[in-house]
Amino acid sequence: MASKLTLSNRTGWAFALPGFALILGFIVLPFFFAIGLSLTNQRLISPNPTQFVGFQNYQQLLGLAVVTLEPERDDAGEAIRNEAGDIQYPRLREITRSDPQYRGMREWFRWTSGENARIVIASDVVFMKALVNTFLFVLVVAPVQGGLALVLALLINQKLRGINVFRTIYFMPVVVSIVVVSLLWRFIYDGQNGLLNSILQGLTFGLFQPVDWLGNPSTALPAIMAMSIWQAVGFFMVIWLAGLQTISPTLYEAAAIEGASKSQTFRYVTWPGLRNTAVLVLIVITMQAFALFAQIDVMTNGGPLDSTQTLVFQSVERGYGKQDISGGSTISVILFVIVLTISLIQRWLTRERY
Amino acid sequence: MAEVSLKGVKKSYGRVDVIKGVDIHINDGEFVVFVGPSGCGKSTLLRMIAGLEDITDGTLEIGGRVVNELQPKERGVAMVFQSYAIFPHMTVRENMAFGLTIAGASKQEKEEKVAEAARILQMEHLLDRRPSQLSGGQRQRVAIGRAITRKPAVFLFDEPLSNLDAALRMDMRMEIGRLHKQLGTTMIYVTHDQVEAMTLADKIVVLKDGEVMQTGAPMELYHEPANRFVAGFLGAPSMNFLGVDVLDLDGEAATVGNPSLEPIRIATRGRQFRKDGKAILGVRPQHLRAAQPAKGMLHGTVVLAERLGSETVVDLVLRDDRKLIATFDEDKIFEPGDALELSFDTALAHLFPDEG
Repeated sequence: MASKLTLSNRTGWAFALPGFALILGFIVLPFFFAIGLSLTNQRLISPNPTQFVGFQNYQQLLGLAVVTLEPERDDAGEAIRNEAGDIQYPRLREITRSDPQYRGMREWFRWTSGENARIVIASDVVFMKALVNTFLFVLVVAPVQGGLALVLALLINQKLRGINVFRTIYFMPVVVSIVVVSLLWRFIYDGQNGLLNSILQGLTFGLFQPVDWLGNPSTALPAIMAMSIWQAVGFFMVIWLAGLQTISPTLYEAAAIEGASKSQTFRYVTWPGLRNTAVLVLIVITMQAFALFAQIDVMTNGGPLDSTQTLVFQSVERGYGKQDISGGSTISVILFVIVLTISLIQRWLTRERY
Repeated sequence: MAEVSLKGVKKSYGRVDVIKGVDIHINDGEFVVFVGPSGCGKSTLLRMIAGLEDITDGTLEIGGRVVNELQPKERGVAMVFQSYAIFPHMTVRENMAFGLTIAGASKQEKEEKVAEAARILQMEHLLDRRPSQLSGGQRQRVAIGRAITRKPAVFLFDEPLSNLDAALRMDMRMEIGRLHKQLGTTMIYVTHDQVEAMTLADKIVVLKDGEVMQTGAPMELYHEPANRFVAGFLGAPSMNFLGVDVLDLDGEAATVGNPSLEPIRIATRGRQFRKDGKAILGVRPQHLRAAQPAKGMLHGTVVLAERLGSETVVDLVLRDDRKLIATFDEDKIFEPGDALELSFDTALAHLFPDEG
């Protein structure tokens, strides 16, 4: 039967067309382009023709191996030690140069078992560091940011005079561009006369030794995590707040009459009522955390000593910085697979069981 | 088990008084229904007894103990809400055991009490379901079950049947009545439905604008309403009110009449009237009878007749253009435009002062 909708089909499509074209041009096509390009040796500008290389890019990025180095021994078969008493090993290069299987791979990290040294070598150490940093970032930021946002939401979900002032204050960092926030926090984290160092020194009466937060490999990533949590916590607070307000007030009244304490009310009424919100927050935070880029680009450029390299930063760095489009594409495809897998696992873990 | 006593209880939101000094005494084991139109404060009053609303002034005693400042859980009350308020993520069993879980009861105790409540409510087969798999009536039964398992001193019902359809409402009404007989606990029930009030209550409290209009047994209120509001609120279709002139007064009765009403004597029941003043005559539609032509007290014309099978409801216009409703027990046929003469037993009619 011809309804008004099917009759006006042509008009409908005409209206939808600009939107479709934009989505197609800027989301769907690039997505397939990335997958296609990751299988080639495409460069941004190159005189050579593009060639299909199969999974070579992936092998290049993901290549990992463990090699064992035996200590150098003297004639008596004893391991040679240096003055400090450390066992001397032959140079790793001797293996990676001689064995074609390990060609081009470099040391990522090592540990000793007995007298032998076991070394994990990777064909792309920077990528591996970026991978680990990204996962660390997600593992810290997702729970802390989500939890903190929930605490704030519970605090501002009250009928108090002036509560909107607090809501506004907590939400403000969200409206400020992440680039601006990152620039400001660079001053806060400054090693010479940054705000953070000044405050810490003031609180400890000068006992605290100033730290170059972004210049120190052990503090750079935590510093960026802290700033990122602060910046977006207000956004998730608002989502939690929306979830809190969908819970029927009578459920709280029923719980009050049954004698539930504050913590019992949270456990039996609030938290179950926030289930769907929790799934959303978890998935969105995870995806956003995996996409960490702007903070790195503005604040550290991946340094110091690659301690703040991340997947997206590496993808951009390679694609445009090094003009290695295929390499950048490969990283983004790997990131896509990781995020998809984790989201599906999260979805499955938090599925409705009834 | 407990008595509930309200003395001069008031509630104000800022300058607005919603409950204007209410005195009610509820005996142990009594089933009391608060009834009144929307906005009369009946739910607020119930929530004040539950402890969900603060009491601005006056005292509330439950079981001889002043509970004004006590938390809901310390008052020994259980409440059933209009919207059921059962927890959607818990099974029926968990919902019913909720109060016990909160109190940290043992698994065995929970099992026993839930089983007993389920037996009383005949819902043993539903215990492992989720609320989403239940009908409205079943959900309300879960809410009642949750109240039963805690063995409260007082049950509070806040319009528990308003979300149910008509047929189910009748079933649940009977079930609540049965439950009260079985448990013998004090119950306070809020409704705007006078049928629920009439059928369930030992005692009805009629409220209007935050004040008690009348308190008493259902039939007492029906037959001896204290004022025009109570008279009009109870009974369906509601009582006919006719403006009349007071023609004569003697000790206990007044003679009244108007252009469409032959002069009749009505007992004043202690109310004050003035000779040659105005008054309101109240006659229930059920008390009107068809009379022989030219022998009736009221003279009217049929406008509309509704035949319900068990009864016939007739809308009339009287000689002076006033409207009147009469119901007849049997299925009778009336045509619009028919002249109709009516009479009634003057002992069943009421005379109220004309306040406006």
